[in-house]
Amino acid sequence: MNAVAQPGLSLETLGDSAVLAVLGDRLHPELNRAVLALAAELDRQRPKGVVDIVPAYASVAVHYLPLRMEAPAEQSRRKIESWIRQTWSQLHWEAQRDYASSGEDVWNQNILPVPVCYGGDYGPDIEHVAAHCGMSVDEVIARHSAPIYRVAMLGFQPGFPYLLGLDPRLETPRLASPRTRVAAGAVGIGGAQTGIYPLPSPGGWQLIGWSPLRLFDPQRQPATLLRAGSRLRFVPTSIEDIDNLPQGAR
Amino acid sequence: MSLEILKPGLLTSVQDLGRPNHRALGVPVGGAADTFSLQVANALVGNDSGAAALEITLLGPRLRFTQDAVIALCGGRFEASLDDLALPMWRAMRVAAGSIIDIGRSQRGARLYLAVAGGLNCPSVLGSRATALDGGFGGWQGRALQAGDRLVLSDCFSLGRHWPRQSIGLHLARWWANPAPALSLDPVAEIGLLPGRHPPTDSELLFGTEYLVDSRSNRMGLRLDSETPLSISAPSTLSEPVSIGTVQLPPEGKPIVLLADAQTIGGYPRIGHVPSADLPRLAQLAPNDRLRFVPNNEAQALQRLQQLDRHLQRLQDAAKEALKD
Repeated sequence: MNAVAQPGLSLETLGDSAVLAVLGDRLHPELNRAVLALAAELDRQRPKGVVDIVPAYASVAVHYLPLRMEAPAEQSRRKIESWIRQTWSQLHWEAQRDYASSGEDVWNQNILPVPVCYGGDYGPDIEHVAAHCGMSVDEVIARHSAPIYRVAMLGFQPGFPYLLGLDPRLETPRLASPRTRVAAGAVGIGGAQTGIYPLPSPGGWQLIGWSPLRLFDPQRQPATLLRAGSRLRFVPTSIEDIDNLPQGAR
Repeated sequence: MSLEILKPGLLTSVQDLGRPNHRALGVPVGGAADTFSLQVANALVGNDSGAAALEITLLGPRLRFTQDAVIALCGGRFEASLDDLALPMWRAMRVAAGSIIDIGRSQRGARLYLAVAGGLNCPSVLGSRATALDGGFGGWQGRALQAGDRLVLSDCFSLGRHWPRQSIGLHLARWWANPAPALSLDPVAEIGLLPGRHPPTDSELLFGTEYLVDSRSNRMGLRLDSETPLSISAPSTLSEPVSIGTVQLPPEGKPIVLLADAQTIGGYPRIGHVPSADLPRLAQLAPNDRLRFVPNNEAQALQRLQQLDRHLQRLQDAAKEALKD
């Protein structure tokens, strides 16, 4: 991983009720780490009227209610912007770099094992991925389950994790025509990204496996199993062993 | 003691003011697409502004009340009747047990809100009773209403408010709300546009085009159609957070305006953002309606938002006063 200098902060308005703090325009683990640090710090000291702080790959959105802040409406955006700038300038960039190099993670020390049944009916595109990447199905499984992935952001669906860490040799373009329905728990590869569908939906990723984990359960607290910054690894598991998992492990 | 769905209509669902505060988990805000009409309907029947109500889309349901209830209809202009009596909009009314209400087609606008005094009593999920149609949770069993559903109503007559004493037929309140000028349903909607990261190469085309609302529009987004596609010079970007009202431009060059059920993050270029004050009007655009964008700046957008807020506040205060005696 190439070291990067402390990214610059630029601010963009998303209409009259949100400001986007942009740290870069690349998909880079250290940029994303800075995003998560900024989002966590903003979350710790939300002023009145701020409703959502949403981290993404290289940016953080602050959604607010301009008529419900301490300041008059016409000053609301400037207040939000100076709060973001101040929070950013107070972050200790060097400290974040140390986390990066030691592999530690401030948000989640745990690595969630995610059981995945690869191939067959559970991963109908795995042979296509193997052929595209010029390797055997077993090698696809071995390479996909080797890394420790980190969740860069949640989006697309409630609890849908965009993961960093896919082996570049597994990159496979999306399907030419998306499926009208992908099952909840489907594990897929879309270009340089990999992830798990928490809910049934249409989807264009190459499906290589299926996991029984309930990534999103609105009745559970917290509702998502993962959050931005969480780490996980995929554990190849037979469907028989998945059936034998205790209910609580799902 | 319930509200029975005899015919569901095109898309009828339970909605409130949605679930902000969960966007970091990828959960859309959701809730009523037109929050102004929902809040007025709630005020007219004495509810808190965030009480759950029915959101009715384009073609309404047939409903039966098994108990006396006080209701209000606000939003787009729909045909509505009770035993062949036309029902007024923007006005509270008491309907007797056994009444069957027919909501027909929209004559103007896309969405109608039916509020019931006491609110619709679905369980709160992630802080809201709104139906997340894509997520399949919240509201009534996480889905649009179907024939045979029976929504439990609370007994609004135990709430200590004054309602007309009458147990048969229909009784109208002596007062009503005027939504103008906060919500107009003019044939061509003028919608403000705040600048976005990726302005189109030809802004005269953007502001000179009368867009047609595509029938593939839904609660996630309003798809706009025009003869000449827009283009932008900027390259595609990483996926970044978006807002309700964000105007995205997919490669085919036809804008999509994000509505209440929009995803939290999007990958398309952002050519602009619709001011909050125009979101209720946006939600009232039906397929084949027309829309023109008008450039706005932040000061104008906030001023109009304050006007909308004051108008709503006045209606709420007046309704509260009228319900006192």
